[in-house]
Amino acid sequence: MQKRTLITALTVAALCSHAVFAQDNKFKIGLILPMTGPFASTGKQIEAAARLYMAQNGDKVAGRTVELIVKDDAGTPDTTKRIAQEMVVNDKVQVLAGFGLTPLALATAPIATQSKTPLVVMAAATSSITEASPYIIRTSFTLPQAAVSMADWASKNGIKKAVTLVSDYGPGMDAEKYFKDRLLLNGGQVPDTLRVPMRNPDFAPFLQKVRDIKPDAVFAFVPSGAGAALMKQFAERGLDKAGIRLIGTGDVTDDDILNGMGDVAVGVVTTHHYSTAHPSALNKKFVEAFTKANAGLRPNFMAVGGYDGMRVIYEAAKASKGVGGGDALLAAMKGQIFESPRGPMFIDAQTRDVVHNMYIRKVEKQNGQLYNIEFDTIQDVKDPGKAK
Amino acid sequence: MSGRALDALRGLSRIRPWEPVLWLLAFAAPAALPSHALMINEIAVFALFAISLDLILGFTGIVSLGHAAFFGMGAYAAALFAKWVLPDPLSGLLFAMAVCSVLGAVCSLSILRGTDLTRLMVTLGVALILLELANQMSWLTGGADGLQGVVMAPLLGRFEFGLSGMTAAYYSLCVTFTLFIVLRRLVYSPFGATLMAVRDNRLRAMAIGIPVSARLASVYIIAAVIAGAAGALLAQTTGFASLDVFDFHRSADVMLLLVIGGTGWLYGGIVGAVVFKIMHALLSAVTPQYWTFWIGLFLVVLVMTGRERLIRPWTWWGRSRL
Amino acid sequence: MLTILFDGVAYGMLLFVLAVGLAVTMGLMNFINLAHGAFAMAGGYLTVVLMQRLDVAFLWCLPLAFLFSASLGALLERTLYRPMYAKPHLDQVLFSIGLTFMAVAGTDYFLGSTQQIIQLPDWLRGRTEIGSGDWILGMGHYRLFIIGVCAALTVALQYALAKTRFGSRLRASVDDQRVAAGLGIHVNRVFLTTFAVGSGLAGLGGALGAEVLGLDPSFPLKFMIYFLIVVAVGGTSSITGPLLAALLLGIADVAGKYYIPKLGAFIVYSLMILILVWRPQGLFVRVGAK
Repeated sequence: MQKRTLITALTVAALCSHAVFAQDNKFKIGLILPMTGPFASTGKQIEAAARLYMAQNGDKVAGRTVELIVKDDAGTPDTTKRIAQEMVVNDKVQVLAGFGLTPLALATAPIATQSKTPLVVMAAATSSITEASPYIIRTSFTLPQAAVSMADWASKNGIKKAVTLVSDYGPGMDAEKYFKDRLLLNGGQVPDTLRVPMRNPDFAPFLQKVRDIKPDAVFAFVPSGAGAALMKQFAERGLDKAGIRLIGTGDVTDDDILNGMGDVAVGVVTTHHYSTAHPSALNKKFVEAFTKANAGLRPNFMAVGGYDGMRVIYEAAKASKGVGGGDALLAAMKGQIFESPRGPMFIDAQTRDVVHNMYIRKVEKQNGQLYNIEFDTIQDVKDPGKAK
Repeated sequence: MSGRALDALRGLSRIRPWEPVLWLLAFAAPAALPSHALMINEIAVFALFAISLDLILGFTGIVSLGHAAFFGMGAYAAALFAKWVLPDPLSGLLFAMAVCSVLGAVCSLSILRGTDLTRLMVTLGVALILLELANQMSWLTGGADGLQGVVMAPLLGRFEFGLSGMTAAYYSLCVTFTLFIVLRRLVYSPFGATLMAVRDNRLRAMAIGIPVSARLASVYIIAAVIAGAAGALLAQTTGFASLDVFDFHRSADVMLLLVIGGTGWLYGGIVGAVVFKIMHALLSAVTPQYWTFWIGLFLVVLVMTGRERLIRPWTWWGRSRL
Repeated sequence: MLTILFDGVAYGMLLFVLAVGLAVTMGLMNFINLAHGAFAMAGGYLTVVLMQRLDVAFLWCLPLAFLFSASLGALLERTLYRPMYAKPHLDQVLFSIGLTFMAVAGTDYFLGSTQQIIQLPDWLRGRTEIGSGDWILGMGHYRLFIIGVCAALTVALQYALAKTRFGSRLRASVDDQRVAAGLGIHVNRVFLTTFAVGSGLAGLGGALGAEVLGLDPSFPLKFMIYFLIVVAVGGTSSITGPLLAALLLGIADVAGKYYIPKLGAFIVYSLMILILVWRPQGLFVRVGAK
């Protein structure tokens, strides 16, 4: 409960501080997140990470005080667009950030272009987002990065026939397309591509179909939160006993809820850009600080997207010395190379998208808790959606 | 019709003194509060949507939980028209209204028979089917990502849709006002009187020779056209359309709006839109995550104490006249 | 194919248990209660809390969920619902939507918005397979359990309705409230008991469904349409009507998703609309009933 009051109090405080006359020299960051609705956990993680970064690095950059304005768009695109427009016109923010879902980012892109405000995407993962506006920078990841890496690993590890099972929306279709194309390229087969409706996801009939097709593996992508149901149905249908492996992108074994999934999740192999158990000193520090500040909540890949997004904003503000407006800020964001809790990463100056390592991980139990343990790395993966 | 009946009708339709004042205020608002122009735009759009629901709910008694079907259809029609045919706002608006009239005609067949529950289900079902269709036909609608790239040409060739939202606000206000005048004329006419008769006692209306099915169908089509116009306005002023316009919560929200303002008099939609949006903005600022709780509580209390009393402050104390 | 049929039947029976309360109260009190899903959610969350925090065995949670939702239903009926019976349907819709919003937001506040996960006991986790090849019938033990429990409940309900005095009082009140009251039947008490039992069944359904349907604060809104379909198609004047409607819906949904995944959702809604336009009073209506 404390955290909720903390967040509410902080939100109220943030809003009160924004009610103060906007003519001062503050460096304002407009953070638009889904804090309510089915994707509220995304908003929670990113906000916590952003505040952690500010707490660790102070609230002054290039001689100006940083102000973080957090607003809830409930995952509705026209609300996101309106909030972004109001932030740009009324609050005169320097940067727009957040964007928990693809349609939210795409809807706001024209505003970024029109007002020349850099837009940092901290969560959405469809490839085409960075092409919607020259002012968009991404610090999260793209589904094609994860899907292609998975297809490569699968081909090298005896998986010739795979069925894809994805949720029926943008990132899901991206994951399906890139996995399928890469697996076919590597000489494998994809007998069927199944899409589960977003609204009432009932995996049972789809998994039954997978069972009947009898592939070597089923490649799954579901938004964070639905992974548990998928795991359970997978075990219940007896797919593991039938020799079908479950592989997927890291969203299926989202660190946020991994622990609650129980033993059914052990052994599942996924590819992702971040695991809470990533063995680097910086990550250990990050995880410790995050769990301490948020009552034991484990940071997941959403949090790291938010954390790194703030880093990119701060460093860009420092480099541009707080002058030059949106264009200078954008120029300073492009090409940043740094060490993140996920590992080394950089923002590609051409595509403005994130380039980082992809890790192959397996779910294992350590100290009674479930973690995604990395056992293989693919270095410096660019977004296949653009790397032609 | 007898002289007295005609007089009664004319009395209803006489313009009250506060009406022009209200509209003057509405039109002055974007100029007076430029930083809230976007909010005013949204209020105008939702007011129009609510007025269209009032036509069928307040005046004819059709309980519909799927009115967003037409709202969404209007939005997508306008967005697609602007993207593929002509980015002119007014032609897009007319196109959307035409499309919705066809959809309304088709759907009106389904609401003629059955109980309130049946109608509820059928309207809900239609909205959900359209949602699924929009999701599946992603080659046309952009699917779950929404339809991007809708850039509107300047209104009447002169007024650009800029970042400030002023053009958008005035555009929406003008369209809402025009359609409102038309509807007002419609509702306080013999046609409107027959609608109210159907609402109050369908059997008796049938007995005195009112063609009930024809009335239901025609008012449903008109409401569909107006809702489509509202949807088109939303798509045009925000520059894109997403699956969200078909969602159940849109239908539920508009019903909420209307109830707050009061059904059965066209201004209910406007009052409701203003109050609802302001409440939303205030409550979201205080408790961003749980404002649906307060809305729910408000609804429960409102219904238990009597809906008509909300906008008649003099009835808030003292016994209910129910 | 048999497995899909089996899954559809399990899903349908679960929907039946969830929706039967709604059907009876709608037929009895002519009250459109869209908050029915909230009672189901209450039962589900009680199970989750009991199992996760107090280590109560799953089997015990089921009757506890029933009792919890039943008492909640009785309380709300007596205090909030009773004044609403005379009001027009629109008011009832708004009232129940308001209650639902409150339940959803409240649950979100106290228990978080993530999907709740329960760990079933081991004896419910297995799977038995009979037959081979195309005619293989794979039965998950949990779904077998669901079918068993729901079948038992159906038989019990039918017995109670047809052979007990309370059942005949209930049927009388459904057919014609005024005459029933005139005959000395305590209609208010019948309402209260029926509403409580209906909500209790919903709670039980929510507890059973937590594993299969998922459980998160938006459960009432997500599944409301399914309950309403069962009631609208099945009619409100018997138990077998909603049962058949629920089975139809369950099988259509599961089979649709398996065979024609692209059109899965359409099938359910279009079927419902067609049925309702063809037979507005529902598919299984007793002649002479209201």
